Parts: sequence; structure tokens; C-alpha cells
Amino acid sequence: MFDAYTSQILTFIGINSILALSLYITALAGQLSVGHAAFMGIGAYTSTLLMTKLGWPFFLTTTCGALAGGFFGFCIGLPTLRLRDLYLAIATLAFNIIWVVLVMNIEAFGGALGIFNVPKATNNTIVYISLVVLLFFFYRLKDSRLGRAFRAIEENEEAARAMGVNAVYYKVYAFTLGALLAAYAGALYAHFVTFISPHDFEVDRSIEILLFVVLGGAQTFIGPVIGAVLLTLAPEFLRFLAEYRLLVYGLMFVVIMLIRHEGLIEEDTFSWKRWSKIFRRENRAPAP
Amino acid sequence: MPLLLEVNQASKIFGGLKALDGVSMEVREGEIFGLIGPNGAGKTTLFNLVSGALPVSGGRIFFRQKEISLLPDYRICRLGIARTYQNIRLFGKMTVLENVMVGRHSRTRGGLWSTVLRLPGDQAEKVRSRKIAEEWLEFFHLLGKKEEKASNLAYGEERRLEMARALATEPSLLLLDEPSAGMNPQEVRDLNDLILKIRRQGKTIFIIEHNMRVIMDICDRIAVLDFGQKIAEGPPAEVRANPRVIEAYLGREA
Amino acid sequence: MLAQQLINGITLGSTYALVALGYTLVFGILGMINFAHGEIFMLGAYIALLLVTIGHLDIFWSLIGAMAGAAVLGMIIERVSFRPLRKVSILAPLISTIGLSIFLRSLAQVIFGAESTRFPVSIKTEFYQLGPFQVSLLQIVILAVSFGIMAVFQVFIKKTKLGKAMRATSESLHTAGLLGIPVDRIILLSFAVAAALGGVAGVLLGLNFNAVSPLMGKMVGLKGLTIIILGGMGNITGAMVGGLFLGFVEVLSVGYLTSSYRDAVAFALMFLVLLIRPTGLFGRVVR
Repeated sequence: MFDAYTSQILTFIGINSILALSLYITALAGQLSVGHAAFMGIGAYTSTLLMTKLGWPFFLTTTCGALAGGFFGFCIGLPTLRLRDLYLAIATLAFNIIWVVLVMNIEAFGGALGIFNVPKATNNTIVYISLVVLLFFFYRLKDSRLGRAFRAIEENEEAARAMGVNAVYYKVYAFTLGALLAAYAGALYAHFVTFISPHDFEVDRSIEILLFVVLGGAQTFIGPVIGAVLLTLAPEFLRFLAEYRLLVYGLMFVVIMLIRHEGLIEEDTFSWKRWSKIFRRENRAPAP
Repeated sequence: MPLLLEVNQASKIFGGLKALDGVSMEVREGEIFGLIGPNGAGKTTLFNLVSGALPVSGGRIFFRQKEISLLPDYRICRLGIARTYQNIRLFGKMTVLENVMVGRHSRTRGGLWSTVLRLPGDQAEKVRSRKIAEEWLEFFHLLGKKEEKASNLAYGEERRLEMARALATEPSLLLLDEPSAGMNPQEVRDLNDLILKIRRQGKTIFIIEHNMRVIMDICDRIAVLDFGQKIAEGPPAEVRANPRVIEAYLGREA
Repeated sequence: MLAQQLINGITLGSTYALVALGYTLVFGILGMINFAHGEIFMLGAYIALLLVTIGHLDIFWSLIGAMAGAAVLGMIIERVSFRPLRKVSILAPLISTIGLSIFLRSLAQVIFGAESTRFPVSIKTEFYQLGPFQVSLLQIVILAVSFGIMAVFQVFIKKTKLGKAMRATSESLHTAGLLGIPVDRIILLSFAVAAALGGVAGVLLGLNFNAVSPLMGKMVGLKGLTIIILGGMGNITGAMVGGLFLGFVEVLSVGYLTSSYRDAVAFALMFLVLLIRPTGLFGRVVR
């Protein structure tokens, strides 16, 4: 249907969207993770190794990859519960760095060089079906008991607890889900690019995922996806910038924070009510 | 009347500071029990211990004869104690209705799967829960604003929303922390009516107040805290005339 | 051998301590982290490099120049990332400085290339014997400069009027303002001082390893973070002791573990401390 190049871009957009949503769900419950790339890597490596060493089929290896990510997400999320904001961000950052160093030193995982010849199995159908299912989930989440629990915790954890919400349970839940999704995306990634190494999952990648959410906004679930779409396409449009690409990238963070720190997509960006207000105001006749 | 809440020699120490020192009191079912005292006496701290927001440093607390001193706050809520806050803690980014729906959390089920799938059992419960939430909004004259963002509400409306949210948890005991703060006399009268209405619904009310109008008009009994200790207890008129109480308040006037 | 490691460790550690002090100053006053601090460190080294190679200044003046340049950079960062954003949220300045750090790092790569450059060291390679310790002249210089600066800093913060103003502002922005302290200017000054410390550390580390690279700020910046978490964010003593401690631990682990684990050691320690005692070993300044 599409030519190879477009198809490839679409795949990356899809995978990055899933990554963005994986960070979004942890953020929904008020937890900022700057180490999501590690979970992505866990999914990538798990799926790859299960397929190359044990010959398991794609759907099984990706599922296991996701579950492995979820497991580690649980292991990290539970002890870091007490940490807020900055401290949590730094803890997840530390975890990311430690993970990379550990994997680099394990020969069975290919060490610092990584793993070549990962069997190609990801295609756009799988990626986009996954994404659609996810989007449906997030759409339903807003008006659900689970979604409200997350949002209440994010706004005021103590009040949420006083209203019967088991904050510990839900925070770990959100963190685990986020890790699971990131790992799933990692598995899809591995079987698409067919070569993975620890360097693919360093802090830089975590920051990249963070930028999807920062650019798109964390007010709605569409925001992170839009952020992922724009930032995946951007390098293509900014190709001419070549070695100045990172300069622009870094500067973008600074500018976004100054101009529109909540991100591009606000809660009512897609509501008819909000835009029609502008027209009504303009058309109103001036008072006598 | 049966004993609903029993506080037995409760203490709370923060670092070196003893915020509560061996405080005991009982709240009977169906009564409106007031807690007064100068600022910093430890009233909100006592609420924090009862609601489970903070652990006790000493002493024990019983609810319906069951010890709750070591239980976490979300469990205490499920047992039937709900509260409001002195400085109002609403979920500003959520709508009025959503705030009250959070109150319904402990009385409903449903997690990941019910978010995605429409299971019939969960659906019926969801509809019923929403109806209860809206009924409480109606009770507090907030139904018309149910889709409004909580942060857009006027001050009085915010207070009422906090109460609606607390009541949505189906508590037997309601802890109100200075609900009349910032209200004019007419609003205070309305508040008194509201609280009496809530009591008629079968709730017991434990209320911290500075406003004497509230204390005298609706409280059955009151207790007085000063420097973390209980210095008097009894019907409002009696306590009010207590010289020790007068001294505690006057001593603060400087 | 251990004695030698001690000297090496303290030399390395003293530069880490300066970096950590920079972080801790900003955290003490605003409760926020300047993620671009590592890049200030790196640019400090490059400024000195340029002053030495192109400006033909000796090492002393290029150190001063690096401090001054870094201080200016620190003030720019305060204006761009902190002043407009600190009331918005705790995380907005953090994200802005993450962006700045990426920007500055790539800027350095574009200007100076991605490889390491040698620091044209004009210090003679001489060794001195002090009991069981063998110290090189370079190490003496580094130790003298870093401990000297730390001493000056301590005096500044404890005895001078400005230093006291900074401490007051650290305790409470609001109260300091009420007392008539020009809070905005003090914050700007704190950033300048923090950056100057970082810049000097960059030069010293560049001298220590005889190499300067655009990527040197990244790792060291992250390590500085681990130090202040170990020592307690906002705690000055914690930053200094923590820095020395990390330097020592790193040098030891290179000797006894493979070097690739060396970096992980700092972060593993930090992770543990965050879990067990988030306020750090020395406790945090109460915000």
C-alpha cells in the first residue's frame, strides 16, 4: 500500500506513540519516570532472546517481553513509592543508567555490541491494531473508576486516600502498566529494526519519550500521541539541519516550556464548545 | 446511644513536639460532637489520627469497638469514616461530579478490565453509583454545576462539594474540619441547617469549629483542646462557662 | 598502593565536590535541579582550553576566565529556565534545563568536534614523596585549588553579608523577601556562584585526565546528582564529603572492578540511598 520508506516512518510513529502512552499512564497517577527506555529495552531483549534462543513465536515472545517489563516495573515501582517528583525522576534515571551498564556487561545478551539478526516480525498491522486498542482503552479510562483513581492521586494523594482510594496499589499499578507498555513497544521495536544494543535504550531515549509527552501535553491521551507523531516526523523535515539537529531539539524543550508549558493539546482542544466560543464572541453586535 | 468512636489516650509526637498528649473522648452514634480550642491546640491532628492520615504515637482509637489505630486511611474510609479539610482539598482539575464519584470509589468495584469491557454487573453498579453521586450533589445544591471544573467553583460551593464527596463514601461518621471558615452569618445559618439535615440522614458528626454560632446551635456535646490536652468536655453551655476554657482562649488574645 | 589510591581518589573527589556544591546551591535556594550544570562544567573546561591555546594565558588566568565565563552562563540559564518557570511547577525548569543541556552539548560538539582534545598542560611532571604518599605536582595544584575554593566558599557563605543573605533566602524565599533581601538578585548570584564552581571543576578535571570532550559534562553532571542525593540535597557539607567519597570509591572500583562497572557504582549507591534514606546521609535542608 505504501512505499517502503513511508511504511517505515509509519511503523516508527506507531511504536513511538505506544511509548508515549506508556509514559503517559505513569504520569496520570502523578509519577514522572525518566527511565522508561530501560523497560523498553527489557521488552526488546526478552522478546529477542526468547525467539532466537528458544524459537518461540512472535505473539508469545512479545507478550513475555511485555510481562517482563511489567515485572521489573513492579519491582522498581514498589520501593520508589514514597518518592515524589524530582526524587522519583532521579531514581528512575539511575535505574536506567544501571540497567544499561549491567546489560553491556552480560555476554549472553551480546554485551556492548548488542544482538544482530533479530528476526523481523513486526509489521504495521500489528503496531496499529495495538495502538488502536490502546487508544480505545485510554478513551474509556477517562470516565472509569480506575481513571478517576489515578487522577485523584495525581492531584491530591492524601485526599484520595481519605476517600478510600488505595494510593499505594494504584501508583504501583500505573507504574507497572507503563513499564509493561514500554516493554511491549520495545519488543515491537526489536523485531522491526532487527538489531538492538544497550545504547538504544539509554537515558537519551527516555528523554526522547519524555519529550513526546512534554510537547503534546499530558492533559489528554491524544497529546502524547501527537507529540510522538510530530517528533517522529520532525527529523525527516529537518534533515537539512544535519548536525544541528540536536541543537534544535534541545532548544525546543526550552522554547516549549517558555511558550506553552502544558504542551500543545489541551483538554478542550478538540471540543466544539471551546472553538465555537470564538465565533460567537466575534459575531456579537457591540452594546449600544 | 451506642458508642461509635472511642479515642483512648491518643498521643502524637512530631520530632520533639508533642501535638497531642493523652487525649480521650467518645462520640456516640447520632450525635453532633464539637471540638474546639485555640489555634495549634491539636484539633486537626486528632482528626488526622482518627481518619488514619497519620499514625498514632501512643494510645488507641476504636470505631464500632474495632481498633483502627494502626489502619491506613483508605481502609478507615471503607469502614465508614469520611472527612473534609480545613484548607479544602478538592481535585481541581476534575469536574464537580467526578470529585463526588471519587468518593464512590470504595463502594464500587472495577479496575482494568471493566474499563475496557462493558460487563453487565459493573454497568448496573456504575449507573447506581452515579445516581447516588448526583443525589448528594442535589442535596448540596450543586447538581446544576456537575460538569463544571472544581477549581472554578465559588468558595462556599467548594466547601459543599467537599462535603458531598465525603458523604458519597457512605460514612457513618463524618469529620468536618472548620466548615464555616470564611462564611458570613447567613451562610453559617445555612450550614447549620445542612449539618442537621445530614444528621437526620443517620450520620454522626464530629466537627472542629471556631464559630460559636455553630457550636452553640447544633452541637450536642463538645470537647476543648489546649496545647494537645483535653481541658473540658460536656454540653456547650456548660463548657462555655468553664473558667479553664475561658482562660485558654483569653490567654491567646495577646 | 591503597595510600596512592587515596590521593588519586581525593584529587578526583575534590572536583566532584565542586560540581556537587553547584547543584546543592541551586537546590538549596530554589528546590530545583539545574540539569545543565554538567554542561557548564564542560564549557568551563573549554573556555580555559581556549584561553590557554588561543589567548595564550597561563593556567591561573584561564582558571579565572573559566570561572567568569561559567558564571555568566549560569546567570543566563537562571534567566531563561528558572526565573520565568519556577512559579509554574517544579518540573518545568527541570525539563527546560534538560533541553539546555542537550543544546549546549551539541553546540560544543559542533564547535569543537566530538573527540577529546588534549589540555596543553604547562605543569611539570614532578613527583613528591610525602610519607607513604606519592603526589604529582598536578595533583597538588588540583587539590590546592579545589580545597582553596571550598574554603573560600565556606567563609563566604558563613561570614559575609552576601553569604548570609543567600542562606536566608535558602531557608525561606518569602521571609527573605520580607526582610528586605533582594531575592531575585540573590538567586541570580547563587546561580553565578554555582556555575563558577562547576566551571572550575571542569578545568581541574580536564587537567587531571589531560582531556576535554563535549561529552564530559554528561556523566559528571549525573554523578554530581548522585552526590547530592547521597549527601543530602541542599546540604553543603554533604556535597563536599559526598564528592570526596565518590571520588575515592570510583578510584577503588577501577582498581578492583572492571571500569565499565565504575559508573554504575555511583548510581547504584544513589538508588539505594533514595530508597532507604531519601534525605541523604547528612540530611536535607528543610524546604
